[in-house]
Amino acid sequence: MQTVIEGLAYVLGDNIDTDQIIPAEHLVYSLTDPEEKKNYGRYALSGVPAANAGLPEGGKPFVDEGQCASNYKIIIGGKNFGCGSSREHAPACLEIAGIQAVVAESYARIFYRNSVDGGFFTPLESQTLLTDEIKTGDSVKLDIERSLLTNLSTNKSYPLNPLGDVLEIIQAGNIFEYARKNGLIPQSG
Amino acid sequence: MGMTLTEKILSAHSGGKAVKPGDNLWVDVDVLMTHDVCGPGTIGIFKKQFGENAKVWDKEKLVIIPDHFIFTEDKHANRNIDILRAFAKEQDLPYYYDVGTENYKGVCHLALAQEGHNRPGEILFGTDSHTCTSGAFGMFSTGIGNTDAAFILGTGKLWVKVPETMRFEFNGTFPPHIMAKDVILQVIGDIGCDGATYRAMEWAGDAIMQLSMEERMTLCNMAIEAGGKNAVIQADETTERYVKERTDKPFTIYESDPDAKYRLKKIYNADEMEPVLAKPHSPDNRATVSECKGEKLDRAYVGSCTGGKITDFIAAAKILKGKKVEIDTFIVPATREVEQDLSRERIDGETLMDIFINAGAQIGEPSCAACLGGPKDTFGRTSDHQRVISTTNRNFPGRMGSKTSEVYLASPYTAAASAVTGCITDPRDFLYN
Ligand code: SF4
Repeated sequence: MQTVIEGLAYVLGDNIDTDQIIPAEHLVYSLTDPEEKKNYGRYALSGVPAANAGLPEGGKPFVDEGQCASNYKIIIGGKNFGCGSSREHAPACLEIAGIQAVVAESYARIFYRNSVDGGFFTPLESQTLLTDEIKTGDSVKLDIERSLLTNLSTNKSYPLNPLGDVLEIIQAGNIFEYARKNGLIPQSG
Repeated sequence: MGMTLTEKILSAHSGGKAVKPGDNLWVDVDVLMTHDVCGPGTIGIFKKQFGENAKVWDKEKLVIIPDHFIFTEDKHANRNIDILRAFAKEQDLPYYYDVGTENYKGVCHLALAQEGHNRPGEILFGTDSHTCTSGAFGMFSTGIGNTDAAFILGTGKLWVKVPETMRFEFNGTFPPHIMAKDVILQVIGDIGCDGATYRAMEWAGDAIMQLSMEERMTLCNMAIEAGGKNAVIQADETTERYVKERTDKPFTIYESDPDAKYRLKKIYNADEMEPVLAKPHSPDNRATVSECKGEKLDRAYVGSCTGGKITDFIAAAKILKGKKVEIDTFIVPATREVEQDLSRERIDGETLMDIFINAGAQIGEPSCAACLGGPKDTFGRTSDHQRVISTTNRNFPGRMGSKTSEVYLASPYTAAASAVTGCITDPRDFLYN
């Protein structure tokens, strides 16, 4: 598990649901074919209405036209991030676009669980609302061991909630590796 | 210390020891359901993790129901069905409801119920967030992603954190113009769309127990719109009758103990309920129908797992009988069984199907259709700034297709009344005049 993550932040508001993360019409591509899979990066967060895309100003596409990867590495969200559908394409598309961590005030349960069990990225919870403190394009640094986020653009730091129960799964990589380590499923397979 | 219904089911599936909220358990899974959107990804992970020739843990317990992107020319969507078909053949699956055959059903959550896969006391996981619908049968059911589903395919087990339970009790009798959709929208409006996150929503009270299985499913279906992990209603005679008509498999009825501990208990007077709706763009953006009266609409949509059951169409038909719709109106039965019932059920001698056709509505094929937007050629998909009144369950931006369309969620009564006038209309104007 990577314990320090540094990169540009992309800021979103409350209730970013899975239809905004990856609109249903795009759920048709293969997640196993490496070329076709890139489409998920291309359309990641394409359902967010322009005014809410990249706060505070909005109008900042997460992925530039014609690209399959984002320049942003860390998403800062508000309440109930990832609500809606159980589609794993949602955390997957963020990883495919290059996201390494999401920091939100709270998560919808299935999205959080999918992020952890699938090993797509580390979902972290902030203790205060960060969407007023961080602007899209700010450089931020995450120290997961110390549960701390620093906005390098303003030099202010914010405490995060410790990972708790799911830390072991995140450290193992995903639910399968966790189960193998603990003898729940055979090593080879 | 007593246990809630949800806690008892989880306990019985993890070795029988008492459990409490916050415990992490490995539970034995009775049924895993997947569909065309998440099935292929699940199969891919299963093969990667357990080997190309791996067999599923128990083929009797796997149910595959294609329903999302069915009546479309989209090549990728159709390829996903081919993947399911090949897997069903390779694994010799008894419960694969293939597209284009007599075996095709339609929307998974209703098909599960109609085909006898929902049984009290069992644990059902599905790769769809509305899997919580099955809780209407006194069982534990919840939505999961592809990774967790692949884990179950290989092992028959999954880890679960025991949720705290919130109890919603409705006493008295719902007025005849109130439907389960009004009840759930009222509650989501009260607690917010993350008000039940990580928690179980238990429905109780004599008004709830008077509801049909279809209405109970509507209530449980939208628990996820409050963030809930699962919803549950104690099984009773109504449940038993429905289940026994559809399966011979045995089941167990659990009850919450009188001294069970709840995170919250909320008591409502059923007689005081008002028709409500959720305004754009969130299911918790509640208003009473009378507050929004007269707002102009472009179309009406009656369909989906939450609003496309036979009881929903009976309600819509009561209002549409002998009338003409003022705006484009889409009728999408959730399953083939519902579609057939449209030609069987009658109001004063006229079938529901004829009522809808004579009113000028368009009837679609059973599937999810525009409930989730879908490929561009999907029946009923919104475009531009269309303002829609819909019996579906989500109205976040872009849910029904266009990012700029606006969706109002309402009961079939309210949707049908509004279809007749072309603007938001209180169903009482038609039901009692
Ligand atoms: S009808 Fe709508 S909510 Fe129900 S399973 Fe289909 S897409 Fe999901």
